[in-house]
Amino acid sequence: MTTGVDQDPGHPAIELAGVHKDYLSHGETVQAVRRMDLSIAQGEFFSLLGPSGCGKTTTMRMIAGFEEPTGGTVFLDGRDVTRVSPNKRDVNMVFQSYALFPHLTAYQNVAFGLERKKVDKAEIRRRAGEIMEIVSLTGMEKRAPREMSGGQQQRVALARALVNRPRALLLDEPLGALDLKLRQQMQVELKRIQREVGITFVYVTHDQGEALTMSDRIAVMEAGRIDQLGTPREIYERPATRFVAGFIGTSNLLDGTVESVSGDVAVLSYGEGERVLVPVSAATGVGDALEVSVRPEKIDLAQDAPTGAGLSVLSGVVTEVVYHGTSTNYTVKTSAGPDLVIFDQNAYSAEDLAGPGDRVYLSWSPQHSYPIGV
Amino acid sequence: MGRSRRVLAPYLLILPGGLWLLLFFVIPMVTMLSLSLQQGDIVSGYAFTGHWQTYVDAVVNYRTQLVRSLIYGAVTTIVLIVVAFPVAYWIAFYGGRRKPTYLFLLLLPFFVSFVLRTISWRYILTDEGMLLGPLKSAGILPESFNILGTSVAVISGLVYNFLPFMVLPIYVALERIDPRVVEAARDLYADPPTAFRKVILPLALPGVFAGVLMTFVPASSDYVNSAVLGSSSTTMIGQVIQSQYLTSSNYPTASALSFTLMAVLLIGVFAYARALGTEDVMKVAAR
Repeated sequence: MTTGVDQDPGHPAIELAGVHKDYLSHGETVQAVRRMDLSIAQGEFFSLLGPSGCGKTTTMRMIAGFEEPTGGTVFLDGRDVTRVSPNKRDVNMVFQSYALFPHLTAYQNVAFGLERKKVDKAEIRRRAGEIMEIVSLTGMEKRAPREMSGGQQQRVALARALVNRPRALLLDEPLGALDLKLRQQMQVELKRIQREVGITFVYVTHDQGEALTMSDRIAVMEAGRIDQLGTPREIYERPATRFVAGFIGTSNLLDGTVESVSGDVAVLSYGEGERVLVPVSAATGVGDALEVSVRPEKIDLAQDAPTGAGLSVLSGVVTEVVYHGTSTNYTVKTSAGPDLVIFDQNAYSAEDLAGPGDRVYLSWSPQHSYPIGV
Repeated sequence: MGRSRRVLAPYLLILPGGLWLLLFFVIPMVTMLSLSLQQGDIVSGYAFTGHWQTYVDAVVNYRTQLVRSLIYGAVTTIVLIVVAFPVAYWIAFYGGRRKPTYLFLLLLPFFVSFVLRTISWRYILTDEGMLLGPLKSAGILPESFNILGTSVAVISGLVYNFLPFMVLPIYVALERIDPRVVEAARDLYADPPTAFRKVILPLALPGVFAGVLMTFVPASSDYVNSAVLGSSSTTMIGQVIQSQYLTSSNYPTASALSFTLMAVLLIGVFAYARALGTEDVMKVAAR
């Protein structure tokens, strides 16, 4: 089904140009959002990801019109809406705790926006019925919000916004109040709905798993700034900063000094037979300090020293083994620095590769070492 | 705990409250009902005769005051809604961290005795007082203009005295509205007046309903404001009951009038609840 939103490919759905927002809190200026430039394409599933207080919700509220930026410009479909009030913006929001109208039924909640737009009654009935079918709420029309489960209320909130066919749908941690099972179900469903209606989704969340599975692109935010913007794969495989590496999934961070460079691979040495190979740019030279990120599932753990020449190799002592069902997680104390975490898929081995106190060797290919800016 | 004790527990819990109600509510009511059906006088004593005619005579003789009381009560309640809503609204939505302070200021005058406060209104409303004096000397009002002794004075006093009982319930209802629900209305194309009409007002109605109950009933049966601020043309039913009982020692008539007033108010309140659909209102309130 398409909703017939005529999208103008000439403009991004949403554009922020040098937008910033200062708050006055206890006589001190707090920079909630700092000079942000951002462009979200038509039909994109875009996530703003970050810990609480990183400015992601403020950013979304400036797009919705609930906060006025201290500086900069907000464009919707190429139109400057910086000073336009929320009721005159063609975007709709799904609030964190749904914020359904408690005195209205599910149907009346869904019809609210169209009634304000003076759409005629028959058309409202048709469109509300259609959208309630998409979100699987048919038969719930007469229920009051308090008579519905969390998942159902969530769908009403979604339908109430989508029925207006907005230019963009803004979702503020919409799944936060649901339990794990329902949350995973709704993730899949949200993605399906987004494909069906073809509307731009801007999704605010602090849950990296949610952002990774649903988004076309993710902006990872920290302290009012975007640390990294890219596809889920880019952000996971090549974290741009120490913050992103730590915030998205689990990351092993290694500090080292470049001992030699051969071609585009630098060698960090940690002692007899222990080295980390890192792909680097031409600008890197001998003696430079580097910080390297390695994802836990990329590392092989073995009792014997690996034979391959072109591998990063470290040795250490196992301190902890935790069985997780699909994988077993090992913590290894190395001489190279901090403890490293290794995830080993339980695909082949029925037994643990090593136990606490065992001396082990860790190895991985150069392309899995990723140098990060600090 | 034994089974029998567990079964008994709810009854034991209701015992103190039940005894209290029996002693201070049921017994006086029955006594009053009996009193209204007695005949006699203060010297030779009263005896129960089942004389219902007392009710008919009382209502016929004092219907003017009875109707006037209900009108004063109704007008007072309407004025109270108009005055209290903006006050409650402002404190609830713009009070910020000072909300408790504003509520305290609202209640502060009520630490002074009811009668004394009403008497102080005499000084405000009197012919050459602080309100009319300057207006008269400035020539804005004619010398003969007066408020004291009129129904305006009595209703002003009633409004003043019952203000917190309307502000507080409305405030509580408004305070409970999730600001995000109002934002949701704005997000769904409602301008501020529409958001107020479609979301804030319906959600505040349970508070208004409670406020009306808490003000209309006592305002209609009030006897202080008319006595202090009114005149013989503003006599309310409460004053009649008071003078029948304390001055004329006509206990049956006083009791009959009290019961009549109570019946009229109960019927009024139930009709009002029915008309407003209290059940829905209470559901919203209980959310």
